[in-house]
Amino acid sequence: MAGIAVLVFREVLEAALIVSVVFAATRGVPGRARWIGAGIIVGVLGAVGVALSAELIANAAAGMGQELFNATVLFAAVVMIAWHAIWMATHGRQLAMQMQTIGSEVSVGQRPLAALLVVVALAVLREGSEIVLFLFAQTAGGSGVVDVAGGMALGIAGGCATGLALYLGLLRIPIRHFFTATNWLLLLLAAGMASQAARFLVQADLLPSLGPRLWDTSMVLSDRSLLGQTLHALIGYDAHPAGVQVLFYIVTGVLIAIGMRVWGKPGRGVPRTA
Amino acid sequence: MRIITITIIAIKHKNLENPVQFTAVSRSLAGLMFAFGLLLGATPVVAQETEVRIAIRDHKFEPAEVNVPAGQKIKLVIENQDATAEEFESYELNREKVVPPKGTVSVFVGPLKPGRYPFFGDFHKDSAKGVLIAR
Repeated sequence: MAGIAVLVFREVLEAALIVSVVFAATRGVPGRARWIGAGIIVGVLGAVGVALSAELIANAAAGMGQELFNATVLFAAVVMIAWHAIWMATHGRQLAMQMQTIGSEVSVGQRPLAALLVVVALAVLREGSEIVLFLFAQTAGGSGVVDVAGGMALGIAGGCATGLALYLGLLRIPIRHFFTATNWLLLLLAAGMASQAARFLVQADLLPSLGPRLWDTSMVLSDRSLLGQTLHALIGYDAHPAGVQVLFYIVTGVLIAIGMRVWGKPGRGVPRTA
Repeated sequence: MRIITITIIAIKHKNLENPVQFTAVSRSLAGLMFAFGLLLGATPVVAQETEVRIAIRDHKFEPAEVNVPAGQKIKLVIENQDATAEEFESYELNREKVVPPKGTVSVFVGPLKPGRYPFFGDFHKDSAKGVLIAR
């Protein structure tokens, strides 16, 4: 049971951390729980679908279907996060001001929640499909129902608890800095995803590695440690990244930062309802 | 890349209420995609690579110790002879890939510096262990 719990925990953790950041970033939006809940449900259904078509995906694109699929999913999430982060840079200041003065959570105009629904769904789909495949293998390999169910329950509970802890931690950030903080978190999340996507494309030999191992910090913080995995999910930490991963990370981060700076100036993007 | 382009078009239609701001956002996204496109287009043709075959049988790697040349790109061809899925994973090689039941997948690694690079089957960690030795 412990082995099952550990694997499930690791996968749930990654998705839960992403959901927590998204949940924090949508603070003050009415109906956000419904949107994010819908994202999770779509993601779980998608995960089962992906797991069932694992063979099809694996054999597609001359055996590199998995890499292309993962990279596409990650890039799609990057685009959605970029869109939201830039949108928030134009509206977040005002949102925070209203929340401060009125003291209640009000919404400023229409917010691109659909983009974040996609981000949540894709995160759950990616991590969830691995859990489903693993559980298929476990039950086929003769693991008992109690072991599988118990391991799953423990893993999911642990992963969700860690995500909740992150969310509660983020809520302690003072409100005037809150959306700036969540926006930077979203930027780093997107940069990390772009780096992961690049890694998949190197693995498939579709991108040059530009140095297979630019540096190695596994002695300081290993990818397999809990902190390493948490930082991997949140800000794309990689103990020994390929050069092209670092390039994708920087390019994505810089472009989003430019987007936020250029369109995030005060006075720009004031909603017409105000 | 095509899927991402379609996504951007989908965003465009939803966001018509604020066209000025959208154009700006879309331009930045287009820039992002352009950068990725440039990188993808710049992929050079592979000059030299070594192919190594590894089998998975009864949730074990065969051979469990694989010798490969250092300083070369290596194509690992992993054949799963079991009836259950496995995930080939390695922290040292920075790789992970699902190997379907009775399926064969390829994973590119390296060029590696001389040394030991452990790998494992994430779905059967207790038995599926191996190491790539680059020299």
